[in-house]
Amino acid sequence: MNLTPEQQALLDGSEGEVMAKIVKTLVMYGDTFNARRMVPVTSNLGHTVISFGLEVMKPVYDLYDTLIAAGLPEGQKFTADPKPLDPKVPSTLLDDLVFKKIMYTQQKRYEEQMRRLGITSDDDYTCACYLDQVGNTPKKGDVLSWAESSAVVYANSVLGARCNRNSGMIELMGSIAGFVPEFGLLTDEGRKATWIVEVKCEKKPEAQLLGSAIGMKVMEEVPYVKGLDKWLGTELNDDAKTYLKDFGAATASNGAVGLYHIANLTPEAVEQGEALIAEGAKVYVIDDAELERVKANYPVIWKKPDAKPQLCFVGCPHMTLKQLQDWTEAVGDKLRQNGRDKVTVPTVFTAPIPVIREFEKTMDAYRLKKYGVVLSYICPLMYMNNPLCKSKAVITSSNKLRTYTSARYYTEAEILDIITGGRV
Amino acid sequence: MKQFQGRVIVPGTCKAEALVSHGGFNTLASYQMALMFGDKQVKCGDQNNADIYKQSMIGKALCLPMTIGSTTGGMVLYTVCALGKQPACMLFSMPIDSLAASGAILSDVWTDSKMPVVDMLGEDFLNYVQTGMTVTVGDGGLVTVE
Repeated sequence: MNLTPEQQALLDGSEGEVMAKIVKTLVMYGDTFNARRMVPVTSNLGHTVISFGLEVMKPVYDLYDTLIAAGLPEGQKFTADPKPLDPKVPSTLLDDLVFKKIMYTQQKRYEEQMRRLGITSDDDYTCACYLDQVGNTPKKGDVLSWAESSAVVYANSVLGARCNRNSGMIELMGSIAGFVPEFGLLTDEGRKATWIVEVKCEKKPEAQLLGSAIGMKVMEEVPYVKGLDKWLGTELNDDAKTYLKDFGAATASNGAVGLYHIANLTPEAVEQGEALIAEGAKVYVIDDAELERVKANYPVIWKKPDAKPQLCFVGCPHMTLKQLQDWTEAVGDKLRQNGRDKVTVPTVFTAPIPVIREFEKTMDAYRLKKYGVVLSYICPLMYMNNPLCKSKAVITSSNKLRTYTSARYYTEAEILDIITGGRV
Repeated sequence: MKQFQGRVIVPGTCKAEALVSHGGFNTLASYQMALMFGDKQVKCGDQNNADIYKQSMIGKALCLPMTIGSTTGGMVLYTVCALGKQPACMLFSMPIDSLAASGAILSDVWTDSKMPVVDMLGEDFLNYVQTGMTVTVGDGGLVTVE
């Protein structure tokens, strides 16, 4: 690793022992992946995946106390993943006891640390930090020090920014130092596609199902997806970006994808076309039957596989304003068709606080509330990250939530049917 | 007895009983319940990993292809090491992934724990080593399985 004189001085302790250890961490990280140099972080803001004050993670917060106590030079400000608790989300007394007295005892401490380390606002806890209403939207070519797999894959693929799949803690250290090692998805070579995915479906594929199939096939490699522009068009409008948000989250969680290219749609694919495809790229053909096969193979890990759903989450990753509007209309239409006024399964839609604020200015917010749907800023994944949820029959349209928890996946149309009483 | 040459990520030597995961090791899923309930044996909680589910991980030579799952993986590994509940070593058949590397490096730089990490041991390594065998990690990334 070739360091600049300034970086070498930091490593040698010119800004104190703590900064030296931060730089040592980044140098070792880069050396592991044969990085030749550090490159400046050029985005306005960072993003951290750690949003929770878990009792068991005390060593992490102790280390953050060390960073704060060192009085380091002010680093990049940042947004953070969604919070794990929201009183609006249905919970039992036992849930509350476990959440507050056993699991998230460090939450207040951690949120105070976030303020001191530079979170942009107490409202900016969301995994979809790149949405316009939140405003952490990097420019094409920006170098980022982010963690949160769904945000990283979106920033790389849809925005054309450059970021590796960093772990929590490392991303904050990059933001503090102001530079990151150059390897992997930060390089032109690392952004070449080593898989060609040919989508040959007869109907528009479900975003979270298509992403899941691709993620499980290509794992951490880069796919170049052909045939999707037939359904999404060639303009990155709200609908296309929303689709790609959910698609990308599934590729990243069901596999470990950090970047994908969509032919004729995403920025690098539009600019470079098939020149992005590496020599010898493997081919994966996806049709409707393949998607059915993938879905049918998801394990059902409910204690009672035929249990009646007790809770439904939509919004992992967090929903956009357009999604909230579209879902509100769809829920209303379905309820009317089924002769009902309210959803029959307790249902939570999740979105960033700034999006919720915009939504609440519209009549749709009133309608959604009337239908009995709870609107929350919570992280469904963190909510379900406890032993009590294993015995709950939770359903979701999120393939990320399915992957990390006992939640059962259904397509959006199926979820709509179930929560409006059309079927169980 | 067979020897395998890998690349040193975190230096160190050790001798321990092997615990082998042939599929990707989901760091968060594997450790979350053990950490939450203070399980002294640190049993694996990942029900999707039949190879090591419910087996004690503390002090073992954890043999794996790569880690998978949430980008919290590195901080989970750091926490495990900071609490002294880490495996004796981590031995990867493939090149190490960025999340595992982060956890290993954070632990090495910021804690007093000792957990040698070696990667690129090759597919043959995972085909040969079996849970219960004795693994010795020597200097320079040389791993002996017997």
